[in-house]
Amino acid sequence: MNWKTTATAVGLALLASSSMARAEGALNIYNWGNYISPDMIKKFEKQYNVKVTVTDYDSNDTALAKVRQGGTGFDIAIPSQTFVPVWIKEGLVQETNPGKMENFKNVAPEWANPDFDPGRKYTVPWAWGTIGVVVNTDVYKGPANSWGIIFDTPDELKGKVNVVPEMNDVIFAAIKYVGGQQCTDDKAVLKKVRDMLVAAKPNWIAMEYNTIEKMGAGDFKATSDWNGSALRQRLANPAIHYNYPKEGYGLWSDNVVVLKEAKNVENAKLFQNFMMDPENAALNSAFHRYANGIAGSEKFMPADMKDAPEVNIPEDVKSLGELQRLCSPEIQEIYSKIWTELQK
Amino acid sequence: MATAEEIAKAADRRDVRNRWYLSAPALLTIFFAAVGPLAIVLVYSFLTPGSYGDVKWQFSPEAWVSVLFERDIFDDTLSLAGAHISIFWRSVKLAIITTLITLALGFPTAYFMATRSEKTRDLWLFLITIPFWTNLLIRTFAVLQIIRNEGIVNTVLMKLGIISAPIQILYTDVAILIGMAYVYLPLMVLPVYASMEKLDFRLVEAGYDLYASRWQVLRRIIFPLVKPGVIAGSILVFIPAIGAYVTPSVLGGGKNMMLSNLIELQFGQGRNWPLGSALSITVMLIVMVALLVYVRNAGSKEMRHG
Repeated sequence: MNWKTTATAVGLALLASSSMARAEGALNIYNWGNYISPDMIKKFEKQYNVKVTVTDYDSNDTALAKVRQGGTGFDIAIPSQTFVPVWIKEGLVQETNPGKMENFKNVAPEWANPDFDPGRKYTVPWAWGTIGVVVNTDVYKGPANSWGIIFDTPDELKGKVNVVPEMNDVIFAAIKYVGGQQCTDDKAVLKKVRDMLVAAKPNWIAMEYNTIEKMGAGDFKATSDWNGSALRQRLANPAIHYNYPKEGYGLWSDNVVVLKEAKNVENAKLFQNFMMDPENAALNSAFHRYANGIAGSEKFMPADMKDAPEVNIPEDVKSLGELQRLCSPEIQEIYSKIWTELQK
Repeated sequence: MATAEEIAKAADRRDVRNRWYLSAPALLTIFFAAVGPLAIVLVYSFLTPGSYGDVKWQFSPEAWVSVLFERDIFDDTLSLAGAHISIFWRSVKLAIITTLITLALGFPTAYFMATRSEKTRDLWLFLITIPFWTNLLIRTFAVLQIIRNEGIVNTVLMKLGIISAPIQILYTDVAILIGMAYVYLPLMVLPVYASMEKLDFRLVEAGYDLYASRWQVLRRIIFPLVKPGVIAGSILVFIPAIGAYVTPSVLGGGKNMMLSNLIELQFGQGRNWPLGSALSITVMLIVMVALLVYVRNAGSKEMRHG
């Protein structure tokens, strides 16, 4: 027996034992950190007699790289809409056809047939939201519904602005601000974007993710941010306002997929269906503070979310939102060069 | 029948074999923990980036070219990679300054410790090692709490009426230096102290007896004798400082990249694993060259003295 067959035999033995261990009703979820309601997990565990394990990741890139390597033991992942087509194209997810599941009727019409997964063959909505501008109105009282707060900072906010260092989000916003289209390959626009970002940076104090704590403590007086994060900030300090930039803002949506290498496929499918139940979706929203794309979940939402302007986009700015896409590798390369240039 | 010579030869062979067996665990560890991963990094640096992370198995020197040169995004001309070079330079600069600060603080500390009585020395040594019990990230956040605008330093200064508005320390290079100097100080103190402890203080007394000034004693007697400790300490501080990741991110606010952030970008949002690999190897080469120069210089001076 050479080493290769030995290795294979050992590997198979391990596989067999691990899948046996999992056969007794387990579900392994691979998710963003701090993004799943413990109460909801308990409910699912009780309802189906399944043991749920959650593992965290910190970015779409990390999640993709890890799942691509295989052998993760995860059944479920929650990639963003930008990455869903990559996961599908690379054959990392199973066609579970949530569109035909019992609870699919609850999915809100605007999320029932998204571009990133036409017909919902693979994915179930988990959460969706917007990326806008958060301002502390104690410091700045002027109009704040513009990316100009970040890219052409008013005097009161100079040296007090933070930018969440999510490359694609920042460049999306910058392109909107100079009047271009997302994923543009128009060099003139991209050049404007770079020059504007480089000129704007001296007015920023930091490029950090930790906005909830820093806006609360007053280290930052304005920041680009996700809406759920803005909601938490306002609940802590009513002077903090979330604004939908008039130049256009990004929409995102994270989605539940079942991995091809899943060992607990049935439980994973149950979980997908479970997530489309309004009461469960609301339970999850109450924790992560984002909308969930399930119609009817509103009535189960906590009171402070029901008509929060961060979660319910006001009618007059609804049309300004645009679902963000993942640009082609060539455009991404330009993005990351601009990004390096910005942070040198 | 075996001759004496043959028996000796067999014993020799056995000896050699045993030696190999005995060193096998060490060799395997070195292979799997050091050589293997490094080889992967090296190979990856010569491949083509995959579309969404990972690599394509296709040879390309592009990553190495773009470590030092960049194709202009807009007019496609090749020029020196200003962004990379300024990031490299910032990391090297901050690492050198950190080393100097830790030396300036660590040398007197070690001297103080070495001149205490035997018993209290152990206590001081113990105190120096206490910070190691706490995770690096937690120590860094502790520094953040001290220097932030609503932190202890600013609050006290404002209460005392020395300043009227908080000084912005957090998110500056000063904050990074404070953090790194604090975190790496024990790495300087310990080796310097180890050399200082062996120092024969009668030599110092002899110096004073011969009318040497305090400065002369320090420069001509103490420093040459503890130099090995200073070199070891500087190396121990400089190397982790040049690759520091947590401290610059937390205290520097992430506005200006360090080498480690630049490398991380390539494996994350930048999706250029080959460039990330090439940059990692470049960092290793820089450290190696710096070390060689250092050791060479130290060595040759030693010889002249000898």
